[in-house]
Amino acid sequence: MLNRERTPLTGRRVQLMATCLCDAFYDDVAAATVEVLEHAGVEVAFPEGQTCCGQPAFNGGDWPASRRVVRHTVRTFAGEDPVVVPSGSCAAMLFHGAVLEFEREPDAPAVEALGRRTWELADYLVNGLGVRAWPGRYPARVALHRSCHSRGSDSVAAALTLLRSIAGLEVVEFGEPEQCCGFGGTFAVTFPHLSGAMGQLKLDHVRAAAPDVYVSADMSCLMHLGGLAAREGRPIRTLHLSQVLRDALRGGEAKP
Amino acid sequence: MKGQAIDRFAATLPAETRASVYQSTKATHEKRTRLLFDQFADPDRLRALAGEIKQHAIENLDTYLPQAEARLRANGAQVHWAGTAEAACAHVLRIMRDRGATKMVKAKTMVSEEIELADYLGRHGIEALETDLGEFIIQIDHDHPSHIVRPIIHKNRREIATSFEREGLGAYNDDPATITRRARHHLRHKYLAADVGLTGANFLSAESGRIALVTNEGNSRFSVAATRCHIVLVGIEKIVPRDRDLGLLLNLLGRSATAQDLTVYTEFISGPRDPAQPDGPEEMHVIFVDNGRTEVLAGECREILRCIRCGACLNVCPIYRQASGHAYRSVYPGPVGAVLSPLLLKENFPQKADLPKASSLCGACHEVCPVNIPIPDLLLRLRARAKEENVPSPGTPPMGPWALLASQPTAWRAALVAGRALNVLPTRLIPVPALQAWTASRELPGWRGGEFRRWLKARRRPAPPAR
Repeated sequence: MLNRERTPLTGRRVQLMATCLCDAFYDDVAAATVEVLEHAGVEVAFPEGQTCCGQPAFNGGDWPASRRVVRHTVRTFAGEDPVVVPSGSCAAMLFHGAVLEFEREPDAPAVEALGRRTWELADYLVNGLGVRAWPGRYPARVALHRSCHSRGSDSVAAALTLLRSIAGLEVVEFGEPEQCCGFGGTFAVTFPHLSGAMGQLKLDHVRAAAPDVYVSADMSCLMHLGGLAAREGRPIRTLHLSQVLRDALRGGEAKP
Repeated sequence: MKGQAIDRFAATLPAETRASVYQSTKATHEKRTRLLFDQFADPDRLRALAGEIKQHAIENLDTYLPQAEARLRANGAQVHWAGTAEAACAHVLRIMRDRGATKMVKAKTMVSEEIELADYLGRHGIEALETDLGEFIIQIDHDHPSHIVRPIIHKNRREIATSFEREGLGAYNDDPATITRRARHHLRHKYLAADVGLTGANFLSAESGRIALVTNEGNSRFSVAATRCHIVLVGIEKIVPRDRDLGLLLNLLGRSATAQDLTVYTEFISGPRDPAQPDGPEEMHVIFVDNGRTEVLAGECREILRCIRCGACLNVCPIYRQASGHAYRSVYPGPVGAVLSPLLLKENFPQKADLPKASSLCGACHEVCPVNIPIPDLLLRLRARAKEENVPSPGTPPMGPWALLASQPTAWRAALVAGRALNVLPTRLIPVPALQAWTASRELPGWRGGEFRRWLKARRRPAPPAR
């Protein structure tokens, strides 16, 4: 299933899937997502029972374990309201990966139904709500990371639409943007050499473009790249797209 | 040794090899993309259409294979069926012996690598000489191809010059033009001395029995022109329904494989020499090779049989670029190989069940595939199969405990809080292999489990917006 085969939007109420990564490490990204959605006039509900989309086990090949988590997620995000995720990767898990691993399961229709109302944040704002310009100001040179799960979806174009519309913000390009950063979920720990080498290539390209901030719709890639860069003693400044959008509303980059 | 074999291989690959693989694949990939998007309004639609044609063909082999056989026979060719690699090799040997032939010139064909034909013939006293320059160099070096289209992508010209000197092909000279000229001179005589020419087939039209062959060196044309007998080795999945399908497929193949509008030579051969023709082989044998393909067709990864062996997925793959082809321990490396190679092993699948794991699932392979094979989905299916068959996978974290936690919200929330221990304990003291692997080369951000939930609760929500 692609993200385009989707239930048309009706109301302005969504369920936020914060993602396990934001739940554990990146609370400010989830908070920024809430504020951005609310600024767009959307009422945000947060189902308390949420945990994870199930992707780690899916990618690891343990589909029974993954299905267990997906079933929990389907129950947790019941109802008709769209599910908005500040992650292209978790969104793709729900509209594509979960559908794949439920092909032969009796509850496949419920999983597909959840997939059809799941949106990555930028995609939801631009293609769901029709936002074409983001207000505020963000004076910085920004490079946008193309996370691989956004391939074939409308998320990258949507993120660029939003970023380019912000006053003072300059989007800078860098080499080989379509190449993976080497995160890849469990790949990062199962193939540490390959993962690190791919990350180094990405860092070389990004550093050559010298952006003020490296922005992504996915924290997982940034956790890997930022972690590599910090370990080298040459940290790069990374932010989630939602943080840039929120900070633009406040007139610029938040001072730490 | 700990860890995954492909990761270890990549870690020990000489920097020079990695650099030449990276530069070469990157250049081809980028030129391919420019060509396709400059020349076609919607290349992705073409890829999808080509995928549908090939998918239709492989799902209707029971119609198209007999049709192709009938056409080929009507055209004067002889048709043979080989269920296994051994049977295919035996067919070739028998055809050679029936003619009293001892010398073969071979064009580049991946299926001949797959069935290890040259070794087999060598053991039976038959010289099978590779005539594609890259394959010729592989042959004199007793090496293996590391790329589907460019078998010697892992070698540099200095190594090749050394090999040529060793083989008596002139004093050391690493000028590419000189190397090519020397190889050409050496091979010209071999064509004339050979009894049989063997080629593959990039496509075989069921409608006409016509095979389509693409090369850039003209060696397949020489192989067929200079010999009396032409043997074609063709995987059963190479069939296309109609001649007109070749228009689309050839347009995509050249651009995807070598970033060319069309290869230098494109040959269409539908049978042996017609009596009215002045020359050409008097016999043509077409050997259809199964060697595990019908099992693949019956399984959940049959889309991989659409593959037209262009190598575009290798060129774009970040893993292939880092690890090079030999890391895959297979005739077919890279993303397509990570699916096809374990499948072709049939019940010995576990021997190569690590290949589908060696991917970040980035999807670049799917994005460039001229027949739109959803390679990441197939890799995932094979991972699930490996897990079902309990194939050990070094370094893969166990998912059972995590799944238990992630399906019980109360336990999950407790774990979010408990995780704060990560902020105070030195990570080297925490016996979680995945954590150790992560922190070996990367910092871990501070644990903030549950903070967002607290923020959300504490926050006084603004009044709901007006509808």
